[in-house]
Amino acid sequence: MKNFIKLSSILILICFTTAQSNSAETAKFLKTDWSFKGVFGKFDRGSLQRGYQVYTEVCSSCHSMKYLSYRNLGEKGGPEFSEAEVKAIAASFIVIDGPNADGEMFERPAKLSDKFVKPYENIKAAEAANGGAYPPDMSVLVKARGGGVDYIYSLLQGYENAPDGMTLDEGVHYNKYMYGNKIKMASPLSEGIVEYGDGTEATVEQMSKDVTTFLMWAAEPHLESRHQMGFKAIIYLIILTILVYLSMKKIWSRIEPEV
Amino acid sequence: MSDHEYTPTSKFGKWFNDRLPLLTLANHLTDYPTPKNLNYWWTFGGILTFCLITQIVTGLTLAMHYIAHADMAFESVEHIMRDVNYGWLIRYIHSNGASMFFLAVYIHIFRSLFYGSYKSPREIIWIIGIIIYLLMMAAAFMGYVLPWGQMSFWGATVITNLFSAIPFVGEGIVNWLWGGYSVDNPTLTRFFTLHYLLPFLILGLVVLHIWALHVPGNNNPIGIDIKKPSKDTVPFHPYIVIKDGFALLMFMIIFAFFIFYSPNILGHADNYIEANPMVTPAHIVPEWYLLPFYAILRSIPDKLLGVVAMLSAILILAALPWLDTSKIRSAVFRPLYKQFYWILVADVLILGYVGAMPAEGLYLLVARVATAYYFLHFLVFLPVLGFKEKTLPVPLSITEPVLGGSPNLATAKNKESFEK
Repeated sequence: MKNFIKLSSILILICFTTAQSNSAETAKFLKTDWSFKGVFGKFDRGSLQRGYQVYTEVCSSCHSMKYLSYRNLGEKGGPEFSEAEVKAIAASFIVIDGPNADGEMFERPAKLSDKFVKPYENIKAAEAANGGAYPPDMSVLVKARGGGVDYIYSLLQGYENAPDGMTLDEGVHYNKYMYGNKIKMASPLSEGIVEYGDGTEATVEQMSKDVTTFLMWAAEPHLESRHQMGFKAIIYLIILTILVYLSMKKIWSRIEPEV
Repeated sequence: MSDHEYTPTSKFGKWFNDRLPLLTLANHLTDYPTPKNLNYWWTFGGILTFCLITQIVTGLTLAMHYIAHADMAFESVEHIMRDVNYGWLIRYIHSNGASMFFLAVYIHIFRSLFYGSYKSPREIIWIIGIIIYLLMMAAAFMGYVLPWGQMSFWGATVITNLFSAIPFVGEGIVNWLWGGYSVDNPTLTRFFTLHYLLPFLILGLVVLHIWALHVPGNNNPIGIDIKKPSKDTVPFHPYIVIKDGFALLMFMIIFAFFIFYSPNILGHADNYIEANPMVTPAHIVPEWYLLPFYAILRSIPDKLLGVVAMLSAILILAALPWLDTSKIRSAVFRPLYKQFYWILVADVLILGYVGAMPAEGLYLLVARVATAYYFLHFLVFLPVLGFKEKTLPVPLSITEPVLGGSPNLATAKNKESFEK
């Protein structure tokens, strides 16, 4: 047991060191209760659905999500829209398919198997439309930022007037959570910019939370099954460990009562 | 190898064994006399074997879905994470498995340092171990490049650029390694090939490592030579098997916590950004297990000397059996060495910490002091200690740790060797 404690403390030290190395931020992040944190953490279905709405109506005009398909929206552990809803969502987007038998490309409504339609043809087009800054793809954005969900959640609410003495170029905004405090994205959310179907009030705080939850799911679509499997796996391992420990005591007692 | 001749009982067994003595080998492995006082620090050999096999099995599965191409690698990893059945599980086992592998190997190495397991007659075991460790670092580094994220790309750029420090031929070697004039698709495909190859080389060396171990047998916490088999030993099966199994399960619980609840905590966020040769990350940091050596590299202002220092820091370990002049193996009986040992542990942890920090100001100063201490430990303190240290009396056998009135032969022998 003593060795185990020693071992764990080394491990904690390592984690601490790594965690330290990943945080080089300016302001302390805003905190909120994330339903998906912890051993039994699950996504809040309503929040995921609202988050998808915020993404489609606000973010998706600049940010792509190239690793997600429309079918994902109906899969278990995600927003879990009904099949009819997902089909309707997909059909509201137009994709270019082809070539057909005549060698022509053609437009058609999106199907479940299609990837999310991108706002821009390519990175260059995205940069040209956004003052030279590429709006990053959001598929794994949460995992690609130190601070993860807390960072995204804070950033969305971190727009302020620049402090005295700081001059901002045209098209640059002040955000107290952004690395270097300068960001090219204008504050994307404002009170009531979307109208939630379920009656939830669309405050900036609420929308930030919903869209961040949605982004977390987008980056880790199997988070729920991971948590569930983890719990079972660890319980199984603990029981097996106890059994093996007792067997060990029994076996070693043949030669010496005290190991 | 066994002390007694083994004969299979069945007729077929005998026929087979005469032609290929697999049964004799199995019998040797089961009966292998092991010191009975081995503590839990000795269970990491078995744990490491588990880690290697886990990495190979998960790695093979990942390789079935991964695409080694600069334009598709990142996407194929996301495909594994999203669409391959349990792909996320396999990948998280593999990526966290690398960290667990290094955690275990560091404990294994530091166990050896504490109990003097590298000393005569186990030098070859130790040197094979150092080669395995080097190959592990190479395999891990190349594996980290494969997802083709920002840290992959820039880590590969920084590390391969180290070779440019070699006078005259450096630039040529770097271009040869890259297969071009920058890190690009040819670099990725060759890294993938080598990443696939190295684990099997490691596996071969592990067999040699264990073979070499089975000649003199295990060292033990009190570091004395024991008679085998005797009342100081137990057969490997079931005594050591069950103990190793118990320790392995404890290890697996910690492993499972990382996989299921913090799968990305040991990685760097930037590696979820697709590689972009036009954008350099603010801080290029290697994986945690390479940080102490990274700190040593950066603490030297000259590039070539920095590379030399970093390589020496690893290669110096191979010379350890000859740098340590003490005849006593275990630190249990070396009160002074024991203190230096713990200072070294702290020193390496400090190096790891400053390796993760920007190389400037106080961090750089600390890195320099810690680097200097690292080399002082091996080149000065260790050789001198062997001559100056007053060691404690060593027991004659494991079963008789209390010397009582019997003449203290072991201590007398040790004194003799000091006087020589």
